[in-house]
Formats: sequence, C-alpha cells, structure tokens
Amino acid sequence: MPTVTMTVNGKKMSAECENRTLLVQFLREKQGLTGTHVGCDTTQCGACVVHIDGLPVKSCTTLAVQNEGAKIVTIEGLAKDGKLHPMQEMFREHHALQCGFCTPGMVMAAIGIVDRHKGEPTLAEKTVRHELEGNFCRCTGYHNIVKAIMAAFPLMKG
Amino acid sequence: MANAGIGQAVRRREDFRFLTGTGTYTDDIDRPGQVYAHIVRSPHPHAQIRRIDTAAAERASGVLAVFTHDHLAADGVGGLPCGWLVKGKGDKPMVEPPHPVLATGVVRHIGDPVAIVIAATRVQAADAAELVKIDYQMLPVVTSTAEATRPDAPRLHTDAPRNLCYDWELGDKAAVDAAFARAAHTVTLDLVNNRLVANAMEPRAAIGEYDRATGTHTLYTTSQNPHVIRLLMGAFVLHIPEHKLRVVAPDVGGGFGSKIYHYAEEALVTWAAKKVGRPVKWTADRSESFVSDAQGRDHVTSCALALDKDGKFLALRVKTVANMGGYLSTFAPAIPTYLYATLLAGLYATPAIHCEVQAVFTNTVPVDAYRGAGRPEACYLLERLVEKSARQTGIDRAEIRRRNFIPRAAMPYQTPVALQYDSGDFVANMERALKVVDYAGFAARRADSARRGRLRGIGLSTYIEACGIAPSDVAGSLGARAGLYEVAEIRFHPTGSVTVFTGTHQHGQGHETTFAQLVSEKLGIPIENVEIAHGDTAQIPFGMGTYGSRSIAVGGSAIVKAIDKIVAKGKKIAAHILEVAERDIEFKDGKFQVAGTDKAMSMGEVAFAAYVPHNYPLKELEPGLDETAFYDPKNFTFPNGCHICEVEVDRETGVVDIARFIAIDDFGTVINPMIVEGQVHGGLVQGIGQALVENCVYDGASGQLLTGSYNDYCMPRADDVPSFQVETNESAPCTHNPLGVKGCGEAGTIGAGAAVMNAVVDALATVGVTEIDMPATPHNVWRALKNAKT
Ligand code: FES
Ligand code: FES
Repeated sequence: MPTVTMTVNGKKMSAECENRTLLVQFLREKQGLTGTHVGCDTTQCGACVVHIDGLPVKSCTTLAVQNEGAKIVTIEGLAKDGKLHPMQEMFREHHALQCGFCTPGMVMAAIGIVDRHKGEPTLAEKTVRHELEGNFCRCTGYHNIVKAIMAAFPLMKG
Repeated sequence: MANAGIGQAVRRREDFRFLTGTGTYTDDIDRPGQVYAHIVRSPHPHAQIRRIDTAAAERASGVLAVFTHDHLAADGVGGLPCGWLVKGKGDKPMVEPPHPVLATGVVRHIGDPVAIVIAATRVQAADAAELVKIDYQMLPVVTSTAEATRPDAPRLHTDAPRNLCYDWELGDKAAVDAAFARAAHTVTLDLVNNRLVANAMEPRAAIGEYDRATGTHTLYTTSQNPHVIRLLMGAFVLHIPEHKLRVVAPDVGGGFGSKIYHYAEEALVTWAAKKVGRPVKWTADRSESFVSDAQGRDHVTSCALALDKDGKFLALRVKTVANMGGYLSTFAPAIPTYLYATLLAGLYATPAIHCEVQAVFTNTVPVDAYRGAGRPEACYLLERLVEKSARQTGIDRAEIRRRNFIPRAAMPYQTPVALQYDSGDFVANMERALKVVDYAGFAARRADSARRGRLRGIGLSTYIEACGIAPSDVAGSLGARAGLYEVAEIRFHPTGSVTVFTGTHQHGQGHETTFAQLVSEKLGIPIENVEIAHGDTAQIPFGMGTYGSRSIAVGGSAIVKAIDKIVAKGKKIAAHILEVAERDIEFKDGKFQVAGTDKAMSMGEVAFAAYVPHNYPLKELEPGLDETAFYDPKNFTFPNGCHICEVEVDRETGVVDIARFIAIDDFGTVINPMIVEGQVHGGLVQGIGQALVENCVYDGASGQLLTGSYNDYCMPRADDVPSFQVETNESAPCTHNPLGVKGCGEAGTIGAGAAVMNAVVDALATVGVTEIDMPATPHNVWRALKNAKT
C-alpha cells in the first residue's frame, strides 16, 4: 500500500492507504477528521467539500493518492484559537444550519464562493444561489444559508 | 434571561459543534475492535430465491461471517413488526404479511436484503459481498399503484388477494351521495400524489455491540425515536429484554420520517455483534438509501366537491389508492387513513365527507410517513379542488374560501371526519397573506410578465394539520400498538443546575436550545444552567421520539408538567425553611416568596436544601429534587395557515420560476421564532421540491427503480427556490396544552405543494392547459403547453 503525505489543517500527516481510497475516507478513517461528511456516491451533494490548496473540492471525488503533498483544510481547521471563521459565525447568527450534516461542506463551499467574488463590490443573491448548485441541504430550504453567505461577504472582504 | 426565554430568537447551542466538525453522527463513532457489515440486496423487484451460495464470500480476505435468513431463523429471530393495525370496511383486519429481516423464498422489491457479509474493513465487506451468488427466478412485477389490484396483476403475498392490504372508509356515504344529488355545481379532479424519497442528508447507519461481561446489547443508530426501536427490536425481533438493550441515537442528520421506522439493518448489526463477538458497523451509501429507506406519498386519487349555487361546499367525495410497497413499514397503514382522511375537512365547514382508501402492495420499496405524512396528500387534493371550483364557478379563489371557512367563533369545531379543531383564525391568516402578496396588484404583475413573454400565475393554499397524535386511548382504539404520550425528567443538581431528560429526539430541530429556553423561563434559572439530554435509552426514562411535529406540543408539555412537580415540592421545602404555611409561598421569577413580604428563597437555594437536608421537612418529604412526568395529550394540536405562491412560466422551455412565496402560519405560541422560521423554510422547499422537481419512478415493465441516485432523482437546489416571506400568527393558541403550542415541523411541506401547483395551473390556464400533475418539471410543463396548442 502506498503511503500518502499531506498537510491537513496545518499539520503534516502520513498514512498508508489503498490506491482506491478516496480523500474523504482518508480524512475520516485514517485521520479521524469526521467533520467532513459523505452524503452521496455520485458527486452531487457537497457534504464532503474541503479546500485543497485553497480551492473548494468534493473530497469524495478525488483519491487520497492524488493529493500527495497537498495542503488540505477541513471544517476542523477553520476556527482559530477557539474563534470561529466569519462564515461559521454568520451561519450561526443567521440559523443557516439545522441537522448540521450538510454544514461542513456548505461552509467550505461558501467560503469558496466569497473568495471567488472578493474583488467585486457586492455579492448578488442570484450568484450565491447559482454557485451553491453543488451543495444540497434538505433541512434549511437554503433561505438562511444564502443570507449567511451574503452577510459573511463584507466581513471576509475585510 | 430576559433575552433567553419564551419568544426569543436565541442562537442555537448545538451550532458550535456542527460548525466546527465536532458533532457525533453514528458513522463518526468507532467502537474498539469494530468490524463492518455489507448488506447483499436484491437487484430484482420480484423473484424467487432458488439458492444462495456464500462459500466464496466466506473465503474472501478479511471476512468473519456471512449470514442469511436461515441463520436468523435458527436463532429464533422474528420478523419486522408493524406498529399500526387498520381495520377496513366491516371491521375487516388489514392483511399483515410477514416481513422477514433477511428475505426468505421471495424478494419483493429492489433492495430487499438477502444476506449480510461481515469483514474486518468496509471495503473487504463490500468486495466479499460481490462473491455471494444468489440464483433468482424472476417473477412478474407490479409497481404501479393504480394497477396493483387488477385481476391480472401478480400477487406479492399469498394472503393478500388483489394485493389489497385493506379497503377502508371514513365518513357518511349516504349524506355525501344525497348532497351530490342536489348540488348546483360538481367539480371533479383526478390526481396523482407522486412518490418521494425522504433523502435526509445523512444516510442511515447502525453499530451493534455486545458486552459479554454484562450480557448487554447496545445499538447506535440514526433514529428519530430510540425507545421505539428498543421496544420493537427487543420485544418482536431479537427477544432481548429492555434492561439488556440500550439504543443510542446520537447526532442525527435529518430524518423527515424516514428514520422513525425499525429497519432490518438495526436488528442485523445488533444480532451479528453477538455472533461474531465484535462490534459491527453498517453505513448506507446513498444508492442503498434509495432502495432501503421507506419512501413517501404515492397516492392515486379521484375526488369531487359538491357546491350550492353560491359556492358553499356541500360535500366532498374522495377515493384513493395508496401504495404500501413490498411490505408494511412500521407505521405505513396509519398514514393514508388516520393521518389523511381525517384532514379532508381542511379549513372548511363542509358538512358531509366520505373517503375510501385502498392500500396496496407493489414491488417497490415500502412507503411510510414522509414529512407531513398523509396531511400533504389531503391538503393537496382539497386545495386543488377548491381552486378548480373557483375557476368553474367564476367565484374568486379567495372569496370562495372566505365563504366556506370555519369561523373562529365556531371553535371548538367538530368536523365530519372525526377531528375536533380547538382553535384557529383561518380568515385572518388568509387576509394577511393576501395583503402581504398584494393580491390586488396581481393583474398588473401578470400583465408585466406577459410583456416579457412569460405566463404568470398565482395559487393559494390553506391547510390544517393534526399534530401530536392523541390521546393514547383514542389512538389505541384506531389501531396504534403503542402509546403516544411523552416523558420528561427534570433533575436538579445540588448546586442549582439542571439536566432535563426528554423522550423526544432532535435531528435538526434545535431542541437543546428551545427546551432550554422553556425550562429557563419556567424555573427562572439562567439558560446556561440547563442541559437537555436526549437520544439514549440508558439515560432517558422513556419516550416516543420526534415525528409528526409533536416535540414541543407533547414533549414540551411533559417538561412543563415535570416543572410543575418541581415547583410544588419546592414550595413545601421553602415553606418549611421560611417557617410559613405552604399556601403562603408564591413561585415567581425563580424565587419562592412569602406572599406580601420580601422573605424569599431562590430556586438554587431550595435545590441545595433538597440535597443537603439539614433544615428540611424530612418527616413529610423525601430529600432530592428530581421529578418525572408523563404527558398524554388531550387532543391533537391544529397548526394551520395560508400559503400563496406566484410563478412565472417560460413558454418556450417550460421552466417554472417561483416569483414570490408567502406563508402565514398559526403554530400557537412560538418559543424560538428563528428556529420556527427555519422549520418553515425547510418544509416549504420539500413541498416545492415535490411540486416542481422530485419524483421517484419505477419502470412499469422491468420494475427497476429509474431514480436510484441524485443523477436521476432531482433534489431541490438553492437556485430552484426563492427566498420566502414567512410570518406567524400567535393570536389563537392551542387551548388544551399548557404552553398553547401547536408544532411547526411539517407545515411548510403540507401547504406548499398545493400553492405551487395552483399557481402553475393558473399560469397555464391562460393558454388552455387545465390540469397538470406533479412534478411540474420543464419537460412536463412544456409537453402540456404543446398538447394544449395542438
Ligand atoms: S459526498 Fe456527496 S458530493 Fe461528495
Ligand atoms: S442542515 Fe440538515 S442537511 Fe443542511
């Protein structure tokens, strides 16, 4: 079995895994990072989104071995010294989560949305809704998720 | 405390763990020495099992065991029980066919479990499962609800001729027939309520564990009601007494009904853990959820409304065929009967109603309660029919409702279909919704859409639901095989903080916050000092769980009842210490006060005295401050409301856009408005999902599930739905529970489907399309437009 090494949430990690091991399985089962979830087997739900080298990626759709040397950030790596990331804060403030199962992937994808539009003066609701296409939430009806992302936009612009 | 009590939008205490990835869902749990199960499922909808050969799988690397029905039978394992017995016409009991944990002889739906493979790792179990050889002899198939009872349809169960589970009725047929005979208008409608897949985002999972030292079994499972699972699995399937069986439902990622039922996998991992001497874990992948989670709806209905010349409703006649799937899921028989036909009065004073329901078996995944459960089906047909009546009689859609609403002054109101409504101001809710949507301005908005080449439509829907099934004796007389009360224990700790044990279970509802608000306000202690415990049968006295929007109405009432006991005991303690008569003590804002004086003890001081009883009425009173209450509701609660939807339809593509959606809901007293609004938003999107995109489809000829993944089953996405305008009306609280609460979990789903479809029909009617079934996908709408043109 190959050994894969990557930096996860700032820490270097190595583990043996099969070639067919998905990144999400590697994180959940080898690293004990169970914050990243699996909601489907067809790359649609987005519960598994993590950041790979700064970009949001569905970790169920990339093999662990493909990510040799990569810098991975998962939901566990967002809060710094007990302080929530502004996106996490806004999710809480605007009640953008209910059962919490889609939440880690939603938050990681949402940060990606804001990152992509940071240079623009405003972020339109239509844009947010469109770019959330790849993330399902069965609980919230998206209303408050959209609100939270729009509210995080000015905070993340700094 | 001022901003943490009843009525405050307190931010949720659950959120920190979910936002930081530190929640604990079942699949996040690993038990020491754990091994993995993979279920071998039938790929055929209907077949005879001729032979099962497990030899190669048993030899595969990492495999500990492969089990089939014979192993279960040898251990005396029972079948999966059904929790509700419906009696049909003439008191004929329903047909209750055997539902084996692993199939024996015949498989009856795609996904029917046939064998379980247990191996050291997840992939080894999955790899070995491929090596289990099953020789199937294909049998003819029926999946269609409407065709199940045809004489030439293949029969699923020997004891169910014509695949009938029951043929049931409710209401006064003669009165309905007489009313139709003298009606000025008769409006008829045939419709299909499409089958849905619940699709909680967390797939089901279960871990079984056996402790040889104590002989105790533990099951971790994705359940909405761990005590119900313990009862059903312990008593009927595995014959484990309850004191030797612990069921834990940790954080659960959504349920919507699909995690109420006792499933085969729960019994399998619990049983197998003892067999192999290791904890056994099973986690569904999504494809497996599509063929093993109970599905929802699936009705075919003909209905008719009789009206007098002024548009007053005289009678309603409904005939429904409801699909049960291949076996009876835990509460399936109750859904299209007691949770459906009893709601057919809606908000209207229709004097006569008759409903017939045939429940049928087909080669499909079992159907059971899905968010709303029977009530969305009732609301959908009634509101489609009312809107059609408005069109047919030329009376405005709001006006025809106004003429027929049960007035607030008529409460309590006995409907002709068994229920007695206690409260509600139906007219006020609709008038408010009409105002918010600017009903008067609709014509101008329609003209504006037309200028842009688009068809605009508006649709109303009003709904009422019955929540918190009750009382237990009535439910029992209607066939429930369990009680439907709720349990709460309030345990004061010596230094004044409190743990509240509730028999309800949260899987998104935020009970840890809402219930803490309630307890904080009622006991007058800071919310930080209140912990809510739920989901573990080893901790919680008992409970019926969370479904049917019952948690606040029934579980919250049980908490209030336990609080009352605490306060009563506290008064005795305070009276003793303050040296006054008990009747002189008043409890207010967390203080036991001697009336008319400033002599008082705080709740915390009383709790301390109860645990350190040095100055205490030990002769009359036990030490300690810990009270348990069982609350059995006096009646259902009746949340109700009015939803209005406006759509724009693109004539070229058939795409339906929701331009506005307004929901005015009466949930009685609201504890946390932020959480309540969130429940409405989520419910609305499930209703809109059914109306516009979701559809579970089986191929009629092959019986194959055509929508077995998210590639083919369309889930509503953020850009399929709008932002909503939602408001609550708290002016007509529930009259028979201590909080005046009614429940809010299902309302959105119940009202939304009809509002959307009425709007779609209204838009399409302008170009000659009169009827369309759900889901109004672009393809279906485009086809309807095309057919209308030619
Ligand atoms: S788990 Fe669903 S997209 Fe990755
Ligand atoms: S919060 Fe439950 S799926 Fe999004």
